[in-house]
Amino acid sequence: MSENGQSVAAPDSAGGVDKVIDLREIDVYYGRVNALSKVTLEVRQGEIVALIGSNGAGKTTTLRTISGLISPRTGEVRLFGKTTRGMGAAQIARLGVGHAPEGRRLFPRMTVRENLDMGAYSRGDRAGIRTDLESVYTLFPRLRERDSQLAGSLSGGEQQMVAIGRALMSSPKVLLLDEPSLGLAPILVDAIFEVIREINAKGTTILLIEQNALLALKTAVRGYVLETGSVALSGPAEELIASPDIQRAYLGM
Amino acid sequence: MSEYKGPPAADPGALGVGTSRGGSAMLVAQSGLAPRHGRAGGILGGLGPLVRLLQGWISTYFSLLLLGMMALAIGLTGVQHGVTLMGEQIKNALVLGAIYALVAIGYTMVYGIIELINFAHGDVFTASGFYAFGFASLFHLDSLATGSFGGLILALVIVFPLSMIAAGVTGALIEFVAYRRLRDAPRLAPLITAIGVSFLIEGIMLVVEGPDNVTTHMASWINGEAFSIAGVSVGYTDLFVIGMALVLMFALGAFVRRTRLGKAMRSTAQDRTAALLCGININRTISATFFIGSALAAAAAIIYSINYGVLKWNIGFHLGIIAFTAAVLGGIGNIVGAGVGGFLIGIIYVFGGSLFGGEWSEALIFAVLVLILTFRPVGLFGVEVTTRA
Repeated sequence: MSENGQSVAAPDSAGGVDKVIDLREIDVYYGRVNALSKVTLEVRQGEIVALIGSNGAGKTTTLRTISGLISPRTGEVRLFGKTTRGMGAAQIARLGVGHAPEGRRLFPRMTVRENLDMGAYSRGDRAGIRTDLESVYTLFPRLRERDSQLAGSLSGGEQQMVAIGRALMSSPKVLLLDEPSLGLAPILVDAIFEVIREINAKGTTILLIEQNALLALKTAVRGYVLETGSVALSGPAEELIASPDIQRAYLGM
Repeated sequence: MSEYKGPPAADPGALGVGTSRGGSAMLVAQSGLAPRHGRAGGILGGLGPLVRLLQGWISTYFSLLLLGMMALAIGLTGVQHGVTLMGEQIKNALVLGAIYALVAIGYTMVYGIIELINFAHGDVFTASGFYAFGFASLFHLDSLATGSFGGLILALVIVFPLSMIAAGVTGALIEFVAYRRLRDAPRLAPLITAIGVSFLIEGIMLVVEGPDNVTTHMASWINGEAFSIAGVSVGYTDLFVIGMALVLMFALGAFVRRTRLGKAMRSTAQDRTAALLCGININRTISATFFIGSALAAAAAIIYSINYGVLKWNIGFHLGIIAFTAAVLGGIGNIVGAGVGGFLIGIIYVFGGSLFGGEWSEALIFAVLVLILTFRPVGLFGVEVTTRA
C-alpha cells in the first residue's frame, strides 16, 4: 500500500485483528511544516518493532501521533482494531498505550514512587497495581532504593528507568519507547535493552525508537526506516541488518 | 494608638490608580517570573564585579535579610510604641495575613498549572463576599448567628460551603469561557483576557452593588474577647479568622498531596504532556484547580466580611494584587510558599504602616515585589529541582 516504502520482504498484512498499531497513510504537519507524509506502519500483537532513522526523520512524531499528542491531517491511526479519530491523548492512554516519551518527561518534584503511581492513574484495580509496582521494582531494583527521592534529582539512567516504569504501571498492551538509551552509559544501555526484551517476553507489544540502529534491529523482530518523514524501508529485522543500504547509512559498515 | 483595622476600602474613583499599579506589577512579573534563572544576572550586571558580588550575596541571603528586617520592624515598633501596640499589631498582621494567604493560594495554584496570572481572582474574592452576603440575607443568617452559639455554627456551616461552591463554579466558568481556548496561545493573550474578565466582574458588581461601601452584618456574628495577654485583647473573631485559614490551608495541603485529583493537579502542573500520557483528563484537572482556588478566595472573603464588616465592588482588585505579591514572595506555583508569603506580607503591611505611616504600607509591599523579582525571582521557597539530562 505504501508508495514510498519499498519493502525488503513485504510483511503481508495478515488479518487485522492482531494488529495492535495500524497507521494508514498518515500525514502530520507542525503548522505548515510537513513532518510525516503517507506513513503506513503496523505493529502486531507480541512484536518488538524498531523505528530507525536519522534525526528529524519523524520517529518521535510517529510515536506522538500514535498516542494522540498530535493528530494526523489525513490518514488514520487505528489501535487494537479501532480508529482513534476524535480521541484525546488521555483517552488513548487509557486504551492501553504506554508511552515513555522523548526527554523522559518525569514529574520532577514528585518522588519516584509518586511518578510510578501516576502511571497507574486511570486504573482501579489496587491488587493489580501492587503487583505491577512489584514487577517494576524487580525489573529496576535501583528504583526501589530511590523510592522516596524526587525524580528530578535522579541520574539520567535512573530517570529512564522511571520513565519506562511509569509507562509500564498503566499495564499497557503496547509500549512506545522513545530513545530509551539516550545519554546512558554503554553498560546501562545493555541493561535497559535486556529489560525491554523481558517486558516483551511477558507479552507486552513494543514499538521502539532508537538511535543505535544495530542494537534496535537486533532486539526487534521487524523494523521500519524513516527518511524525511516517509517510510523508506521496512521488513524483518535480520533482513534490514543484511541490507547494504542500511549497513551503509545506519550501521556504519 | 490608632488601632489598625485592615486595608482601607479604596475610595470611589480610585480605580484608575489601582489599575495602573496593577498593570505595572504585572509587567514586571511577566518579564521577571521566568522561574528558570535562579540568580539574577540582570540589571546591575554591568557595574563591575563588586556589585555583582553584592547582588549574588543579596540573592543568596534574601530570605534572611527580609526576615531580619521584619524582625527589626517588629522590635522597633515595640520600642517606639510599647509592647501592647506591638502585640496588637502582630495580631492584626496575622489576621490580615490569613486573608492574603488564602487568596494568594488561588493565584499560585492557577499559575502553577497553566502559567497564567489570573487577574480576575481578586474580583472572584469580591464577588464571593457578595455571594456570602446574599446567602446570609436569603436565609436570615444574621439573626441566626447572633442568636446563640449553635445558631452561629449553623450559619457558618451554611454560608461557607454555599459561597465556596458558588465561587468555585464562578472560577471554573471563567476558565471555561475565557481561558480554555487560549491555552496554547501566546502568554500575553490569556493575561489580557484575565484583565478583561477582572473589569467585567468589577463592572457587574458596580452596577449590582453600587459604588459605595456595603455593610454586611457579618461583623456582628462573632463577638467578645477570648483572652488577653500583656494588654493585647484577642477576640474570638481573631482566633476564628486565623484558625479557619490554617485549617483550610492544611486541608488543601493534604488534598493536594494525598488525593487522586490532587496528584493529578500536581502532575499536570509539572508536565502536562506526561500527565496526558498517564491518562489524566487535563481539562477537568484545570477546572478543578480554578474551582478550589476560587473556593478558598470565597472563604477568605467570608472571613474578611466577618472581620471587617464591609465589602465594596472593587476591594478585591487591590487586595488581589497584594495577595499576588504574597504568592510571588513564596515562590509562584508553590502552595506552601503562598501560605507563608501571605502571613509575611501581612506583617510587612502592618508593621511597615506602624513605622512609616499607613500610607506607606502598599508602597512597601510593592517595593518588596520589585526586590524579589530582581534578587530572587524564584521566591523564598523556590528551590529549583533541575531535570538532569
